[in-house]
Order: sequence, then structure tokens, then C-alpha cells
Amino acid sequence: MDSIQRLGRWAIGTSERLGRGYLFLMAILAGIPSTLMRFSLVIQQLYSVGVLSVFLILISGLFVGMVLGLQGYYTLVDFGAEESLGVMVALSLVRELGPVVSALLFAGRAGSALTAEIGLMKSTEQLSGMEMMAVDPIRRIITPRFLAGFISLPLLAAIFSAVGIIGGYIVGYGLLGVDDGAFWTQMQTKTDLYADIMNGVIKSVVFGFVVTWIALFEGHDAIPTSEGVGRATTRTVVHSAFAILSLDFVLTALMFGEV
Amino acid sequence: MPLIEIRDLHFYRGDRAIFKGVDLDIYRGKVTAIMGPSGTGKTTLLKLIGGQLLPDQGSIKIDGQDVHQLKHAQLYELRKRMGMLFQSGALLTDISVFDNVAFPLREHTDLPESMIRDLVLMKLQAVGLRNAKDLMPAELSGGMARRVALARAVSLDPMMIMYDEPFTGQDPISMGTLVNLIKRINQSMGLTSIVVSHDLEETMAIADDIYLLSDGRVIERGTPETLQNSSSEWVKQFMKGLPDGPVSFHYPGVGFEDDLLRSKAAK
Amino acid sequence: MRQKKSTEVTVGLFVILGLLALFFLAMKVSNLTSFNDEPGYRVTAEFENVGGLKARSPVTLAGVRIGRVESITLDSDTYSASVVLNLYASFSTLPTDTAASIYTAGLLGEQYIGLEAGAEEEFLKDGDVIELTQPALVLEQVIGQFLFSKAGGNE
Repeated sequence: MDSIQRLGRWAIGTSERLGRGYLFLMAILAGIPSTLMRFSLVIQQLYSVGVLSVFLILISGLFVGMVLGLQGYYTLVDFGAEESLGVMVALSLVRELGPVVSALLFAGRAGSALTAEIGLMKSTEQLSGMEMMAVDPIRRIITPRFLAGFISLPLLAAIFSAVGIIGGYIVGYGLLGVDDGAFWTQMQTKTDLYADIMNGVIKSVVFGFVVTWIALFEGHDAIPTSEGVGRATTRTVVHSAFAILSLDFVLTALMFGEV
Repeated sequence: MPLIEIRDLHFYRGDRAIFKGVDLDIYRGKVTAIMGPSGTGKTTLLKLIGGQLLPDQGSIKIDGQDVHQLKHAQLYELRKRMGMLFQSGALLTDISVFDNVAFPLREHTDLPESMIRDLVLMKLQAVGLRNAKDLMPAELSGGMARRVALARAVSLDPMMIMYDEPFTGQDPISMGTLVNLIKRINQSMGLTSIVVSHDLEETMAIADDIYLLSDGRVIERGTPETLQNSSSEWVKQFMKGLPDGPVSFHYPGVGFEDDLLRSKAAK
Repeated sequence: MRQKKSTEVTVGLFVILGLLALFFLAMKVSNLTSFNDEPGYRVTAEFENVGGLKARSPVTLAGVRIGRVESITLDSDTYSASVVLNLYASFSTLPTDTAASIYTAGLLGEQYIGLEAGAEEEFLKDGDVIELTQPALVLEQVIGQFLFSKAGGNE
């Protein structure tokens, strides 16, 4: 009986949170027109969310690309198909690893930072103070960060994929002796602008929307104590990971299901 | 007509009743104090007045307008005429003292930077912190942070200010400074001030009108002198700071002897 | 809050970097370069069997790409596939008796249409039909034919 009670309580609590999260999202979206008029706020956030993540993305993308080059080569060489290394690296990155891994890294670095920042503002009554000064904290603080995350992630994912392909090229051509021309021409024939690249971009746009929303909501909803904020940051990373991976499955099935 | 009229206010937090029918009048130009033991919901009252919380019953009218009937835009307009000093100051931590005080001016007016600079310097001068204008909030002591918050609260020349526990945890000098400031600003700017506090001495020194709240109701109302001479047991306990009286020392429950005997019997 | 100049510059650089990456992906990685803004002209061809031919599959002449497959539909009168080819306007000198066959690139590669120029003096224009077509090789049929001929040869 007790466990059923607990399950019920959990279900009610979760639906409450989802409801709050949805209303929160509506408030964010409603604030977009007025935030666009004060674009300097968004630019400030683009800096802390996007620019400061670039280094992480560059390094990770490079290494992932290089590993793909390495692993791909060892697998393909058994089939005599090492000329297709370019295709393999490019498609893996553009379709999947680029959007997904950069979204996960983003959630860990920028997402948790956003949650902590908002949670801290909540616990030091800065949000409340702003309300009493007749400044809507959603429009002033939350929506700019939302737009910044939404714009940043697709750009970061593109950088990740691009750098990864270069990494794969360095390993393939530089280290393992795959033919220069074959690497690029096969890649170019087989990578479709719409089916592959555009879909990858769409994925990262969706991820940007969801991850930023989660990060901002958890911060805004956090219990205003240091423990509460800490737990909220953890929730951001965990929930974002779930969301990214499950959405990835759904999107992949929709996009690449029947090519 | 009083600036703020609170009638039959009821407010519940979960199952707990915070206010069970409170009537309050706050008059223009005066310092009105709201006092009572901790936990009587004094901060909640300020949030209700500011429209951040909705009452379960009753009304709050500011300058004739029912706060909770206002639409979002109108509520925000009203808030521009209210200043609020939070217990912690609630300064924005990522910008300097100057920018904090300038914040309401930059957000709500189109004044040129040169004018804003003059106004900010004036407000900071009034609280004695003009030369601290380039410090960051993290570098300020608690008392200084509150003074900056006060300068910020008056930057738009509001019609009223609410102080949430302004004297709590301050050293005697800061306390004295704040008490002095509150009174001076109230008079020089013609403000209406609401001070929520449980610091007796300081509040008595500046209040024109005092409301004593306990258990969700107004227990007593009057000037500092009236309260000193009150016959109510409860008021006497509060005023004199007696440990026992209507607010009992012991947490209610089982008698001491019974408790000891019971534990012996259980062995 | 005044905007630091350096912040704006770095944000601008970041956005440029991101767009460059996208551009790089689009140009160097994908098959955008084989998309043409050239207006093309359309020609139809009917095949008994299109096999694995898809929309946007290449159309080549002597191995050079001169267009792509625009659409594949079923002709309910003739029970064969009606394929619309979109050919680049720069290759407008295809004789009207050009033949179209469906080939496979490599052993397991994707399928494409290979054209063989005929000898007529008139050229294909927008809306024309290619008469001579050869359907895709269906592996099962080839094996069946092989077995059949083998069986016949043994008699």
C-alpha cells in the first residue's frame, strides 16, 4: 500500500512539475518580442553561454573526429573499404554525434551554469526584488538566456561536426594513409545537404530548445537553499540527457527511418 | 483617506492560516510599523501588499486601487511607485553599486546617462555611500548593502517604501544609521513607510503608528506611548521582552512529571 | 548595464565561426556542389522496372553527370514506371534516339541512369520522351535466366 501511495504522490508531483514547466515555457515565449527589442541582453548571454563553450566543443569535436577516423579505419580496412572513411566520419558526425554530443556537453557546461545562476538569483531574492522594482524577471533574465541557448547550440553542433571531420581527415590522411581525394569526394557524393546536414541542424535546434528550457526551469523552480540549487543543477544535467537521447531516437526514426 | 487599506485579510499557506482576518490602515507621510513574534507572516504581508501573493480572502487597496484586481501591466505600473527593501538587500550581484542604484532608472525611464549619473550620486549621497559607487555587492558589509538597497528603492522617488526586517542582525552603529536614515528619508521625501520588524527599541524610536500581530490577527494598535501603557498581558510580554506569558515558554504538550513517569514506566 | 565592446566582438566572432562551420559542412562535405542553379529541361522515360532508382539519383552520359531523376511514378495504363529526368540546360544536344538504361554503381552501390547518345539529328527538348529504355537488372531474374539456360543446355 505504502509503495502505491508513494507512486501516486510521485505521479502527482511530476505532473505538477510538468504543468509548471509548460506554463514557464509559455511565459518565456511570450517575452520574446520585448526581449528582441533589447537585443543587447541576448548578446550578453550569447557570450556566457555560447562563446565560453566554444573551447570545450572544439577540443571534444576534434578528439571525437579523430577517434572516428581511427576506429572507422580499422573496421573498414577489413572490407577493403577504407576509401569510404570520409563518408563514415562525416555521416556519423553530421547525423548523430555532432548534434547529440554537443548537446550533452552543452547541458553539462552551459545548462548547469544557467541553472545555478538562476537558482542563486532566486535564493538571494534578486528575482523577487526585480519584480518589486516593476521589472519582469522573465523578460529581463530568463528569455534572453533562452534565446541565447537556442541560437548557440546549432552553431556549436556545426562547429563540432566540422572540426570532427577535420580531425578524421588528419587521422585518416595524415596518419593512416587514406587517399586524399577519395576521402573528400566519396564524402561529398554520399552526404546529402537536406537529408543529412539539414536534419542534423534541425536536431540541434530541437535540442537547444529543450535543453535551455530544462536548465532555466530547474533554476527557476529550485528550492532557494544551497542544497536545493545543487540538486537542481544535477536535475538539469540528468533530465537533459534523457531528453536529448530520447528525442534523438524519435527524430532519427522520423528523419532517417525510410530514406 | 489612508494610502493603504487592508480589509479582512485571510491567507493560508497549505493548511496553516497566516492571516485570519486582518484590518490595517496605513496613512500617508507616516512611518507605520508592523510587529510581532517571528513567524507571524510579516514578510508575507509585504508580499501581499506588493501583489506577489494573492490573498485567500479580503482586499488590499493602495491609493484607491485594489491591488489584486489589477492587470499585469497596471500592477507593474503601481510597483514603480513602490520601493521595497528586502532583508538581504537583494542587490544584483553581477553589477556594481552604481549600476544597482541606476537599474530602475535605466529600466523605466529614458533619461540620458548624464542625468542618471547625477540622480544616482544624489541617492547614494543621501545614504552616505557615494564614494562606494564602484564597489561590487560582494565587497559590501551587510549594513552597507542595505543602505545601497535603500538608495535603489528610492531612485524613482516612489510614494511609499516597505522595509522587511531592516534592523535584524546589525551592529549598533549600522542600526543607528539605518534608523536615522529611515526617519530622515521619510520626512524629506514625504514618503509613506511601512516597517516590518521585531526589533522593539529601534522601531519604537521612529514609528508613528504601530500594529501588533499575533496568531494571524491584530492584537493591538496604537502609538508607541499607547502601547507602552497598554493593559493587555500579551502586549506587556512583547513590550518588556518577558520570556513567559501569553506566548508560553514551554512548547505545548505533556506535563513534565507525566513525561518522566511515563519513561520510567516504559522501562 | 553597458555592453563591453569586447563582449560584442567575441559574440560576433562566435556567430561567424558557427556560420563558417555550417558553410563548410554545406560546401565541402555535402553534395551541394553538385546541385545546380542552372535551369534544367525535363524529359520522360518509361521503364519496365526501375529497381532501386530513387528521386535525385544521378543521370549520366559517358560517365559525366548531366542531370538527375526528378520523379518516379507508376503509369497505370502501361503498368510501367514513368521517370522524369531533369537535365542541365547546358547539355541540350542529346539526339532524340538516345537510350536510357539503369545501372548500378559498383557491386552494391546506388543506381543511376546512364544515357547513350543516338545518331539522330534532332535533339531532345523539354517535354520529350526517351523511347529506348532498358530496365534495371533484377538479380533474381538474372539467376532464373541463368538456371533456365543451364537447364536447357543440359538437354
